[in-house]
Amino acid sequence: MLKMKGEVLLLTGNYSAAYAAKCSRVQVVAAYPITPQTPCVEKISEFVEKGELKAEFICVESEHSAMSACIGASTCGARTFTATSSQGLALMHEMLHWASGARLPIVLYLANRAFAPPWNIWCDHQDSISQRDTGWMQFYAEDNQELFDSIIMAYRIAEDREVMLPAMVCADGVTLSHTVMPVEIPDQKDIDDFLPPYDPPYKFYDVDNPIILSHLPMPNVPFSDWYTEFRYLMQEAMEKARGKIRSVCREFKERFGRFHGDLIEEYRCSDADVVVVSMGSIASQMKYVVDLMRDEGYNVGAVKLRVLRPFPLEEIRSLASRVKGIAVVDRDISFGYAGAVFTEIKAALYEQVRKPLIKGFIMGLGGRDVQISYQKEVVRNMYEILEKGLDKEYEWIGLRM
Amino acid sequence: MSEIKSLRDLGIWIISKPGKAASGITGTWRTFRPVINRGKCNKCMVCWLYCPEGVISRDVNGYPRIDYEFCKGCGICAYECRVKAIDMVEEVR
Amino acid sequence: MDRFTYVGGFMPILGLPEEEYMLPGYGSCPGCGLFLTTRHVLKALGRRTLMVIPAGCISAAPGLFPKIGFGVPTLNIAFEATASAASGIAAALKVKGIKDITVLGVAGDGGTADIGIQALSAAAERNDNFIYVCIDNEAYMNTGIQRSGTTPFRARTTTTPVIGKLQHKKDMPLIMAAHEIPYVATACVSYPHDLHRKIRKALEIGFGTRYIHILSPCPPGWGFDAERTIEMGRLAVETGLFALFEIENFKLKFTGPSINLIDPSKRRDVKEYLRLQRRFAHLTDGDIEEIRKWINNKWRQYIKLSMD
Repeated sequence: MLKMKGEVLLLTGNYSAAYAAKCSRVQVVAAYPITPQTPCVEKISEFVEKGELKAEFICVESEHSAMSACIGASTCGARTFTATSSQGLALMHEMLHWASGARLPIVLYLANRAFAPPWNIWCDHQDSISQRDTGWMQFYAEDNQELFDSIIMAYRIAEDREVMLPAMVCADGVTLSHTVMPVEIPDQKDIDDFLPPYDPPYKFYDVDNPIILSHLPMPNVPFSDWYTEFRYLMQEAMEKARGKIRSVCREFKERFGRFHGDLIEEYRCSDADVVVVSMGSIASQMKYVVDLMRDEGYNVGAVKLRVLRPFPLEEIRSLASRVKGIAVVDRDISFGYAGAVFTEIKAALYEQVRKPLIKGFIMGLGGRDVQISYQKEVVRNMYEILEKGLDKEYEWIGLRM
Repeated sequence: MSEIKSLRDLGIWIISKPGKAASGITGTWRTFRPVINRGKCNKCMVCWLYCPEGVISRDVNGYPRIDYEFCKGCGICAYECRVKAIDMVEEVR
Repeated sequence: MDRFTYVGGFMPILGLPEEEYMLPGYGSCPGCGLFLTTRHVLKALGRRTLMVIPAGCISAAPGLFPKIGFGVPTLNIAFEATASAASGIAAALKVKGIKDITVLGVAGDGGTADIGIQALSAAAERNDNFIYVCIDNEAYMNTGIQRSGTTPFRARTTTTPVIGKLQHKKDMPLIMAAHEIPYVATACVSYPHDLHRKIRKALEIGFGTRYIHILSPCPPGWGFDAERTIEMGRLAVETGLFALFEIENFKLKFTGPSINLIDPSKRRDVKEYLRLQRRFAHLTDGDIEEIRKWINNKWRQYIKLSMD
């Protein structure tokens, strides 16, 4: 075992998340194994049992209990961590609402995985986009280094008193979770300086000043009717989170010399006619495709959507005012409508005076490999519709008709 | 306990504090009220033991005292009293 | 702080602590067995208690935000999550080095035997450090008297409105004992000294999952006048329908009045209990005989566990 001393380790995404939890000095981990996140949980329990991480690892019996245990622990002021994927995330859905409503800074590592039926252990984003409304912040990593850094930054952002909302850091299942990449682990002391211990706003265990948490307010009874206002405060916290994310990412860059973008990352977009927006590992590949297409003469740029919640309104609107066409690649679909990210971006631009052409592309569901040819096709298609006009609202790429 | 007048008075967490009359002045629920006959009472405090509301306390002389502000008039104290020292008297308003 | 303390120290005749941890004016039904049970449980555990409560009468009745009738720190959690939230709290206290605080989970029979059983079984298997109290009023009372796993045979509930429940009562104490946790006990709110002794014992044991199953009569749910709550619990025990015992180290020991009821002739006839409740008003002689047989079989099972 290599000592943590600002060294570069070769880590899978799962291990990067485990090391990030360890470096963040998490205190309670309650997680249930699920492919493809299992090795993360195994690694953390190894850290705990070897004494390298001073934490309590609760081997819960389901993801629902995992989140409930995290809620209990976080209420008592412990820094908590958990990890899951598709089916598990769906199972803990009820408690996701509870964690955000209770304003607890829990961080969850999500190895994006497709939903069953039919069974599928490979990557798509359906699981996390299904949880957009829960009040959790959502970060998407393009590689293992970003995953590691994002988890540490997530604690910093989530535990900020003006935010106090839980965060899920998503990384593509199998593609990132099981692929080995070099990850630089900064010196623990530097991380401790960046991320101080969690100081809860209230001391639940102070028995001399008892508080009762999350009790029932009654609507339309004046002294008790505050539910709406609590929800408003959650939304306000989400909006404040945008600024926090920007400042924390900047601080991370100054301290550790790495910047992955704040809410979005633009690659060669300054003079682009068409940009392709994607999330996760395909955003990384898109940058490579942009270089290839630029050589062919297309003025194309790539946008990595790093944060889906809070939605990067300003960044998307500023981008839209500079380009002629936006292609939104979704690795998910909101059945009955279209790709989730596509519909959100489109809605964000409704009021714009200068609206670019926007089209959605669905690809890579259920772990189907997103090939370079697909992404090239997206760019070519966008240039076509810039000339001839929008043919259809969204398109499936790679579908075996 | 300070009153909440605007959403800015709300904390980050949904905090409630302990307090009496949390569901109102529950004494108004009564239709019968328990009345303790000191002549018969033997100060055993079984009424205190079984009161679900916790409204029975002991006064300086050791007799049970009922807080009529919150007593709901369930009648358990009268029913359980070993010496029948508590009568349930109809509430007159 | 708005605590409700009494003049003088102990009440010598009754020997129970005087300090109250419930503040009067909460919204339970008059004669509520559940709130009386909670009052005694908190009284026995004292100040250094963190309570976790799920959805149910225990969370719906004690008041409205922002004022509640509990005098100990309390966490409200989702219906099935009492035991897992308690596990989380226990883990956080341990990692933060906070000692001498009892984590208490108080749930109803729904939140324990039905929707909550998965989390509870796992927490018991892990032997997480908390005291779990199941306040059994034998139906989902808060949502309007629907049938639960611990509803007794032929009891009428809103989801078993005509014939009554077709199955017998789920034996949660034995299920928990099978998890080999340090302490399992049954108690009844009508026998508060027995209840206090068991809670204090659980407190003294100090580690692991300790489970106490408390029968709590419910006047609207069972169909009797509010003043007879204590009598109902007494009859349940004296007829042998609900046995008072504790299980430690695989050995069952009867307590309180149940000690004498090993001899079946000492048990009062169960009809005396059943006829007082409207939920059993429709029972036929055949049903009552079935219940008598069940009582005998249950006691045979318990007596076997009590022997060396």
